[in-house]
Amino acid sequence: MIFPDGTEALQNISFDLSRGEFITIVGPSGCGKSTLLKIASGLLEPTNGNVTVDRERLGYVFQDATLLPWRTVSKNVELLAELHGTGIQERKKLVQESIELVGLEGFEDHYPKSLSGGMKMRCSLARSLTLKPPVFLFDEPFGAVDEITREHLNEETQQLFKQEGFAGLFITHSISEAVFMSTKVLVMSARPGRIVAEFDIPFEYPRKPDLRFEADFAELCGKVSVELRGSHS
Amino acid sequence: MSIIEEKQTSSSTIPTQPSRTKKYVAAFMPPLILGAGVIGLWYYISFGLLEEKRRFLLRPIHSVIDVGFLDGDNRSESLQALWSSTEVALIGLSISIGLGFILAILMSQAKFMERAIFPYMVTLQAIPILAIVPLISFWFGTGQRSRVVVCVIISLFPIIVNTLFGLQSAERGMHDLFTLHHANRLTRLRKLMFPAALPAVFAGLRISAGLSVIGAVVGDFFFGKGEAGIGQMLKKHANRLQGEELLSCVILSSALGVLVFWLFGVLQNKAVGRWHEANSATS
Repeated sequence: MIFPDGTEALQNISFDLSRGEFITIVGPSGCGKSTLLKIASGLLEPTNGNVTVDRERLGYVFQDATLLPWRTVSKNVELLAELHGTGIQERKKLVQESIELVGLEGFEDHYPKSLSGGMKMRCSLARSLTLKPPVFLFDEPFGAVDEITREHLNEETQQLFKQEGFAGLFITHSISEAVFMSTKVLVMSARPGRIVAEFDIPFEYPRKPDLRFEADFAELCGKVSVELRGSHS
Repeated sequence: MSIIEEKQTSSSTIPTQPSRTKKYVAAFMPPLILGAGVIGLWYYISFGLLEEKRRFLLRPIHSVIDVGFLDGDNRSESLQALWSSTEVALIGLSISIGLGFILAILMSQAKFMERAIFPYMVTLQAIPILAIVPLISFWFGTGQRSRVVVCVIISLFPIIVNTLFGLQSAERGMHDLFTLHHANRLTRLRKLMFPAALPAVFAGLRISAGLSVIGAVVGDFFFGKGEAGIGQMLKKHANRLQGEELLSCVILSSALGVLVFWLFGVLQNKAVGRWHEANSATS
């Protein structure tokens, strides 16, 4: 990917992602992670190379929740099904299911302005879940929430991944978040963005919060960290 | 899955707020005190500063009420004029709203449209009304139609600018969301850009509603054929040095301006008050 101003954002990136896989890309700020995701989603066209993604019912969670402030929680969750022309009965059912999946029952009639950061993100997740997406892209979605909420959201995300069986592609710069949720972690370097290392994460699902304190977990995080630092210099 | 955030209690249910009466006192005392001060000053000028011969310059308030509002003939004449001007203001405002929305939507759909149209809107806004009064009377005569034209010229611009700004105010991420899910132009306009524009649209409407009253009075001042409006009354009373009637017409026309401003404020609250963050407090 080369931008019109000559910046080469991404170079020789190649990987496959299939159902049952959850790949997380970690990399320093400005390494082109978000660009990669925009290309995968079709928001950007690559200058050369091929991307093949099933974009019919694409799940995509943005850096911020991008909720429409004039819609209540349930109306926000309903939006994508509306855009895809789903019938009203089916829509109501999907909305209810998705809201339950992310634990927002009781908040259906709240407007976004009265929700906390974590709840906004849940609402955003629920919105994509109504599509039952085969592919789910996450663009650093939990960067703006506090640490405790983030750990909860990580746990919930890997549960959803197991339950719904989508193929997940997650972007973050938090190593422990990456290792905790993924089946595979890719480390990216900056300028131009390249993949410099690849780690398979062997832990069983569902993963429990205690996993974060185990030696294997710490060791893997350490390895990823070393690669990440190497890519930075 | 667990919810870790506490359910937020809406602030209106918190019992520690001051009592209602206290709130009203806090809200109404300052303007009442200032109003009393202004009336005091008014009397002082009428009786203290002006000699009897020159008192027509500023009649005391009670005689303004007496002559301007309590005298049956004067009152019905003024109210009729007020109604005629209200009609002009409403027609003019409706045209401004329709025209303003259409132009703003056109400009929001393509950058080249905005580049093409916007400079002319700025120019139109910059023309002093006085300069085109002769032209308007050539083209539209000296009756109600010309008054409406003046009203439209004066009240159009804020609607266009605010609506355009509002339509362009939806965040990039929201547009990306609609792009990802293949929303067409109309869906994007209907479900994203219109609702996002509402707060700004209402801000524009409130300004333009006030301006439409001014436009109607100014238009009436220049184009007096047919039913007399407030502008004609002002002219007549000024020529005859009828201070009381003159002031009563000034009060009536500004009351009309305040009324429409307030009305659109109420509408705004109804339309966007529930979700909009900066839900306007002054209305």
